[in-house]
Amino acid sequence: MYDIAIIGAGITGAMAARALSRYRLKICILEKESDVAMGATRANSAIVHAGFDAKEGSLKARFNVEGSRMMEDVCRELGVPYRRNGSLVLGFGSEDRQALETLLNRGQKNGVEGLRILEKEELRAMEPHISHEADCALYAPTGAITCPYQLCVAAIGNAMDNGADLFLDFPVSAIQKTPEGFCIHAGEKQVDARYVLNAAGVHADSVARLCGDSFFSIHPRRGEYLLLDKTAGSLVRSTVFKAPGKMGKGILVSPTVDGNLLLGPTAEDLENKEDTRITAEGTERVRRQAAGMVEAIPFHKTITSFSGLRAVGNTGDFILTFGESGVLHAAGIESPGLTAAPAVAEYLVTLLLEKGLSPEENPAYNPHRASAHAFREMTAEEKNAVIAKEPAYGKIVCRCEGVTEGEILAALRQNPKARDLDGVKRRTRAQMGRCQGGFCMPRILELIAAEQGIRPEAVTKCGGASRILTDKEDTTCGI
Amino acid sequence: MRDLVIIGGGPAGMAAALAAREAGVEDILILERDQALGGILQQCVHNGFGLHTFGEELTGPEYAWKYIDKVVEKEIEYKTETMVLSISPEKVITATNATDGIFTVEARAIILAMGCRERPRGALATPGTRPAGIFSAGTAQKLMNCAGYSVGREAVILGSGDIGLIMARRMTLEGAKVKAVCELMPYSGGLARNIQQCLHDFSIPLKLSHTVTEIHGRERLTGVTIAEVDADRRPIPGTEEYISCDTLLLSVGLIPENELSLCAGIALDPVTGGAAVTAARETSVPGIFACGNVLHVHDLVDYVSEEAATAGKSAATYLRGAQEKNVDLLLRTDGRIRYTVPQKITEKADTTVYFRVAAVYRNASVSVYSGEKRLFTKKRAKMAPGEMESITLPASVLPENGELRFILEEEK
Amino acid sequence: MNLTCIICPLGCSLTAEICGETVTVAGNGCPRGAEYAKNECTNPVRTVTATVPCGKTRLPVKTDRPIPKAEIFSCMDRIHRLTAVAPVKIGDILDKTPWGANIVAAGNIEEA
Repeated sequence: MYDIAIIGAGITGAMAARALSRYRLKICILEKESDVAMGATRANSAIVHAGFDAKEGSLKARFNVEGSRMMEDVCRELGVPYRRNGSLVLGFGSEDRQALETLLNRGQKNGVEGLRILEKEELRAMEPHISHEADCALYAPTGAITCPYQLCVAAIGNAMDNGADLFLDFPVSAIQKTPEGFCIHAGEKQVDARYVLNAAGVHADSVARLCGDSFFSIHPRRGEYLLLDKTAGSLVRSTVFKAPGKMGKGILVSPTVDGNLLLGPTAEDLENKEDTRITAEGTERVRRQAAGMVEAIPFHKTITSFSGLRAVGNTGDFILTFGESGVLHAAGIESPGLTAAPAVAEYLVTLLLEKGLSPEENPAYNPHRASAHAFREMTAEEKNAVIAKEPAYGKIVCRCEGVTEGEILAALRQNPKARDLDGVKRRTRAQMGRCQGGFCMPRILELIAAEQGIRPEAVTKCGGASRILTDKEDTTCGI
Repeated sequence: MRDLVIIGGGPAGMAAALAAREAGVEDILILERDQALGGILQQCVHNGFGLHTFGEELTGPEYAWKYIDKVVEKEIEYKTETMVLSISPEKVITATNATDGIFTVEARAIILAMGCRERPRGALATPGTRPAGIFSAGTAQKLMNCAGYSVGREAVILGSGDIGLIMARRMTLEGAKVKAVCELMPYSGGLARNIQQCLHDFSIPLKLSHTVTEIHGRERLTGVTIAEVDADRRPIPGTEEYISCDTLLLSVGLIPENELSLCAGIALDPVTGGAAVTAARETSVPGIFACGNVLHVHDLVDYVSEEAATAGKSAATYLRGAQEKNVDLLLRTDGRIRYTVPQKITEKADTTVYFRVAAVYRNASVSVYSGEKRLFTKKRAKMAPGEMESITLPASVLPENGELRFILEEEK
Repeated sequence: MNLTCIICPLGCSLTAEICGETVTVAGNGCPRGAEYAKNECTNPVRTVTATVPCGKTRLPVKTDRPIPKAEIFSCMDRIHRLTAVAPVKIGDILDKTPWGANIVAAGNIEEA
């Protein structure tokens, strides 16, 4: 019997699991995919928003600002990259200037520090590649960037190190009320828990309905992105947005913490909660809008395109409340969900403690997790000391990102263990560079097979039937 | 301090090392990132290599072994599984491997021979899903030839570069069904003989002016939609065709791997993606030379070896302090000729200039002008982008300085 | 018959006319092209290459001379049944085929 079961291993579930692991509780995280961070957490803008977007008084505004203040410490404790690069909202003409003034006022009411409007000259001095058409900008010095999937992996890993259990490939199919709490089923599998936190992202409404709660609904909004090579990563220093117009917030142009340039997202409301396809129109829209904001973007340096589904709730705000069933819902966590996650987690813990969850502290709780980047941040002398002990750290497997065999083996061994090629990619960046795994994928595939004691043919890209190799059951030829 | 360090132990690096040794360089070190010397040739198990150099048709590994044997015989030092991390403009190389850890080597001269990489799928931003079963052709080649794995049963190949053509045959021989090879351009980027022996021999359709417009399948690829493209390479609505397949191979171009060159402060040619070099294959940083596919993508390994020998000899001349720089010529092209290698001539000597054309031209001539004066002209029945062309300029026609303009003229 | 010569990378476009027992070839850049075209009309042949297992690694192999085109897949069947044992050198014969060609090693593997 678990004290609490968290449904969904995205950033919200991950941060909640970590926050709950401070207490002496039996915690489990249930995830339908074969790895953590597989939903919106995998594919979003990676922005720690300053907090001027959300309407004053909303949960979004409150937790955005609180989360933004917590994020740097959280990233440091979890060994995840964080860079306060500031953000800019560009204004083109007088109508935009008005919109920027509105954002400025809203941000100040929300408690965002250091906001101010820049005039063209100062803007250009700060970001020389900004479009000449932009004549002013709202500058938010507290805007920052991080890596959402690494943060999620690290938070879950930290929760697991502090005693939490992770069940992957656990697609919740039924939730039964029991005298002690709930019994959660995934086909044949089941777990019992006193409390349940629903952090199931785009599927949060379906999960809520499984326990009889139907007071909200979620629909997926697809966002497509383009990622450019690191040689384009320094085109802008800040995260650059456009003043919100009739068409919404529009796309952003931002460096990533790993040094790439990220363009996107589009915003397309869909029915299908699994439809993460890339479209020709989306790609074209991202290119066109980005080109209007920042000059001379080298689009030919695009190394990959991807899309994610944001979980848009029907209330316009985060839904953080118990349902009649007694299940705690954390739903409708769209932007600024990543930024808000640490603060939302604290709020969820408070709600659970009020409801009777035991507040006894976990004496073994350790907020720190070994950084996946630790090796690359070492000096040459420190690295050589590691290599002398573990020669695998001397072997570069992914040449584009400079990832060693030692780091890949660590990702396969550290909580939550990478189980497939994409899992290794998200944890180490191997296959994420300019050749996109062309050179290193065969080696990583063999490392996974050896580490897990499985045949190379059984290794997958991202779980399920996503096998890379096919069995040679039939070697007879003939066409 | 080493006299000559060569980055890369593939065909270019080995040929450069041997030529440098021949020219008197005693102290040579080759740094190779893979487990063995030979580079990409080790996975190119098909035949067709070495006809120019050895007068016989060899497989890739056989061609490689001709050089590996000589490197061993000449006792040229090499380190395998050693990755170079950086090169400074002062020619200090930082590298890593499992036994030495991270180490630095100072070199008096360096030859860059890192080869090229395949353009990844992401560069195409093809609409659709992102399932397993999509490989760059070279990755599939490595999985099949070096490890004996099977990558799929039914394949479509996008791009008709030579690796794509070779893999169409290779997969067919291993029992897979290759349903189509799609080429965006109205002509193939591969050699004519590979279209014959890899596609026609097995009745594999080559669909020119076609591209993949959508990728289907959530976990493993289930199919692709292909469509014909117009003159602007845009898909023509209504020409879409769905092909079910579990494998998509991409053979959509090669990119010289010049991250190390950039870190050494070497100026690159935006068209080749490689260093801009003199006829001696010297880059903009004195004492750093480049050859093979890191410089520009070659169609035949024989030309790689030839060019590498030039670089090796030149490095030896540099180390002796015997470089002659008695002319200063910049080579320019007209767009129909996409690029030349070398991009500069600094020595008055017979000079072979390699180039590639931008489209298929029939009955055209390539002329070299200095000002209004035509120095040289050569006629060709057919030139195609897939094939590297060359002309040799006699020393006698070379002026002292200025620009040499390479112009392609079609006969009306 | 229109052919593309596969003898060398030039890939000459050949035409071959069959008149009874004689084949007339045009378009060839060298005598080997003419021979290729004649063979192609009467008995087309190809060199087959692949790899076979050798301990933990793979050994590249090839037919040491071209075999009839119609036998390529039979030849692959033979190759699929082969295993090499190190040490093995380029040219070592692994199998004799009924088509006058041997399947030989096309790479060197020193230690087992």
